[in-house]
Amino acid sequence: MTDIRYDRAPGDASAAAEPSGVLVYTTGLALAVLLTATSFWVANTTLLWGPGVSIGLIVLAIAQMGVHLVFFLHVTTGPDNTNNVLALAFGLLVVFLVIAGSVWIMTNLNDNLMPPEMMNMQMRH
Amino acid sequence: MNLLGKLDWSAVPFDQPIIMGAGGGVVLIIGAILGWVVLKGYVPYLWREWITSVDHKRIGVMYLVLALIMLLRGFSDAIMMRSQQAIAAGGAQGYLPPEHYDQIFSAHGTIMIFFVAMPLIIGLMNFAVPLQLGIRDVAFPTLNSVSLWLTASGILLINVSLVVGEFARTGWMAYPPLSELQFSPGVGVDYYLWSLQIAGVGTLLTGINFVTTILKTRAPGMGYMRMPVFCWTALGSSLSIVAVFPVLTATLAMLLLDRYLGFHFFTIDAGGNPMMYVNLFWVWGHPEVYILVLPAFGVFSEVAATFSGKPLFGYRSMVAATMAICVLSMLVWLHHFFTMGASANVNAFFGMMSMIIGVPTGVKIFNWMFTMYGGRVRFSVPILWLIGFMVTFVLGGLTGVLLAVPAVDWTVHNSLFLVAHFHHVIIPGVVFGCFAGYTYWFPKAFGFKLDEAWGRRAFWCWFIGFHLAFMPLYVVGLMGMTRRLQHYDVLAWQPWLLVAEAGAVIILAGIVCQIMQFVVSIRNREALRDVTGDPWNGLTLEWSTASPPPAWNFAFQPHVSARDAFWFEKKLAPLKKGQAAEPRKYEPIETPKSTPIGFVNAFFAVVFGFAAIWHIWWMAAFGILGAFAALLVFAFRDVEEVEIPAETIAQFDRAHPLEVAL
Amino acid sequence: MNDAVAIYDVRQEAFVPASEAGPAPKRIVVAYGFWIFLLSDIIMFSALFAAYAVLVRNTAGGPSGAQLFNQVSVALETACLLVSSYTCGLMSLAVASRERAAVYVRALATFVLGAAFLALELREFANMIAQGATPQRSAFLSAFFALVGCHGLHVTAGLIWLAVMMAQIAVRGFRATVQRRLWCFALFWHALDIIWVGLFTVVYLMGVAS
Repeated sequence: MTDIRYDRAPGDASAAAEPSGVLVYTTGLALAVLLTATSFWVANTTLLWGPGVSIGLIVLAIAQMGVHLVFFLHVTTGPDNTNNVLALAFGLLVVFLVIAGSVWIMTNLNDNLMPPEMMNMQMRH
Repeated sequence: MNLLGKLDWSAVPFDQPIIMGAGGGVVLIIGAILGWVVLKGYVPYLWREWITSVDHKRIGVMYLVLALIMLLRGFSDAIMMRSQQAIAAGGAQGYLPPEHYDQIFSAHGTIMIFFVAMPLIIGLMNFAVPLQLGIRDVAFPTLNSVSLWLTASGILLINVSLVVGEFARTGWMAYPPLSELQFSPGVGVDYYLWSLQIAGVGTLLTGINFVTTILKTRAPGMGYMRMPVFCWTALGSSLSIVAVFPVLTATLAMLLLDRYLGFHFFTIDAGGNPMMYVNLFWVWGHPEVYILVLPAFGVFSEVAATFSGKPLFGYRSMVAATMAICVLSMLVWLHHFFTMGASANVNAFFGMMSMIIGVPTGVKIFNWMFTMYGGRVRFSVPILWLIGFMVTFVLGGLTGVLLAVPAVDWTVHNSLFLVAHFHHVIIPGVVFGCFAGYTYWFPKAFGFKLDEAWGRRAFWCWFIGFHLAFMPLYVVGLMGMTRRLQHYDVLAWQPWLLVAEAGAVIILAGIVCQIMQFVVSIRNREALRDVTGDPWNGLTLEWSTASPPPAWNFAFQPHVSARDAFWFEKKLAPLKKGQAAEPRKYEPIETPKSTPIGFVNAFFAVVFGFAAIWHIWWMAAFGILGAFAALLVFAFRDVEEVEIPAETIAQFDRAHPLEVAL
Repeated sequence: MNDAVAIYDVRQEAFVPASEAGPAPKRIVVAYGFWIFLLSDIIMFSALFAAYAVLVRNTAGGPSGAQLFNQVSVALETACLLVSSYTCGLMSLAVASRERAAVYVRALATFVLGAAFLALELREFANMIAQGATPQRSAFLSAFFALVGCHGLHVTAGLIWLAVMMAQIAVRGFRATVQRRLWCFALFWHALDIIWVGLFTVVYLMGVAS
């Protein structure tokens, strides 16, 4: 194939022949269903320590996103996927900065706001 | 139901002579130009060769034309503000009432950032990057055209706001709660929001286009470390665009939801949080200034190397510094709101990061200096801009390091000290850089150089005028003057503001010199003709083509074997004199077909934007459906590419024997 | 003259790193560009996520997520979208092997499942609004409707796109342009499911568990 010396792009289904392609997608589906069911169980069970529930849900969500990336989008760690992984890493970095940065800053700002009881007293006159 | 929503004749400010005068003047000038174009029969040519063009060189030129025209409007706002502040001291009220003055400073910032600086750098990237990479066009030429025309849509909307309705009075950042419906019930903030949303889509698509082009379509042999530095800075800028423009889109969308549908993101009741707007806005806003300045740094790198007659010093550290700036720029945004009430830990973190980000920029300054050191420096106009930049920007950057200290910032935040700082970096950085850029690449684009004498006059007027206009602002800032004042009582400030006004007038003279430069150069173009395609003895591949290059850029795909590919070639040329050149066979070249989709889509975007602003819902629906229909027509077109016959290419090369060097 | 070619004749068999291989084939360039666009779209969602995270407790005396969310509905929506991602993957395989009938069937399955997702979500929104839990009620509800609604708008756009693509196959066949666009659609559809994983975890499951 003349494309061999170039990188691949995500989601390249043509690289997989039909029977093995179906297997890849089906495996992905099965794993995703499993992870989803587990997430619902984690959210509803009383067996887990409270704060552990959030962590568990996040871990399961990340795992499922990984399943989608690998089985549905065919993003792998091979040398022909370097550009795709780097782009993804950059995107994830920005997502992390935006969400974590904003939550950190906004929580900090909110903590420093006047408490509501004091605010009502200020506004009363 | 009212067919025209909120729109009626009261939207036109007939009672405001300044606006009516300005608007009337603009309408007359545009009418005259359009009339001339139509009567001379240029419309088919313009439609075929420019409006529907997907050629990156044409698109780049059009971006620059839009930017330079908007510079006139943005600068008019500036000189109006300076004039107002020069006279409105003590009891004097000046000539601009507060409601008008507020719109002027808001429009000034919005126009300069979004519709002057962005199109300037995007235009330069468009023109030069594919030529420097040794390829025929960007990765997505049609998308490029769509981006250009969406930017034009934003420009049209903001200009319409001058005569139909009003503009925002909130400053260019449009902070809530002032920008919420409760406190800004008019259409001004809606004009701001929609013109930025529409133009923002265009910019995001440009970012995607250039990331893909630079990472996936370079000429064979051009590995990453053989790319020109301008392409590295274009990559850094484009990655940042892709990273942060979506945040701006989301933030402005949230404000739109508040205003149109009564949502409570940033309201002061029902649990809204106006501080979150400030946070999210600056998540976009800080990287934005690096988006603007990185390509300008790239231009300076090219200019330094070319006019010193030697390759750039410290290529690797330049690349590292560029990528470091790209990442670090996303770690400093809180320094725009140190005073909003975060605790010391948070302020300290962002303060430290803001100081660290000065380091890679310092590395770049040293590299430019060392490039010139030991070189045979030709003091042509572009290198004057570079030297002016280096001298001015370092000082401006230092005031930035000062402001990075939260405790210092608390005393001067939102004073004229701050205003002086950001103009002190953005004007020498972005503006001088783009002036150097268009002077440098003008001969490549049009086939003749720009007049040197008028260029020098423009430079000196800008350099002197800039310092006169902004250095006094540091002083009044430290004396306690806050920004955006329509009048003031402290008479001690006035002498300084008068000096600033004088500076603004000298900058105006500089702009007039630039206009003269264009007029004189076009008149004398034969004398200034570039016959070799390489007027500056350049180092990079764009100088190996004819001036202007043909639509296909390179008849034969260049194969690159070293950094500064063209310089490398020229050094090898004497070694190859004895060897007979093999005649090469010309092949036909497939190029993307011109298409009106960019223009048509932008037309419907304007229809939609205007309708949304004035609450004309049927027209808004028409805009969306029209754009979708146009997209369908485009999607089903049968012919996507045009083949340029081999003979056409061969004929061009034969007609330009001196210019086609590779 | 490009003498560099004569002197530095790069033979096809010699090792050439991917970064020096020259412009990639068009289908890879298009898919990569679309991948970058998808990452930018995910960043836009992250800004909405950030807003949601900041405002989630600002219920202004109104209902919270725990009081409003129906887990059965969410589970059904998740199932629909996940299976539609699967059928979309199968559709991509059929496109690669140019089996027209298989493409249409699998596309139809994807469309129906996507439409079912939207129907369930609209019903959920309608129920909430009927109870007075409108986006105008509180900042939490504004953030919820904006975030989940934005995802729903993307799904809607995807369904319209899928329909147009089926028309394109009918009219233009499997020419290269159509195949590239179908590849982009598949990327888009999978990405929407990835975003949904984040959504149902952070908004619904964490909302219910708190």
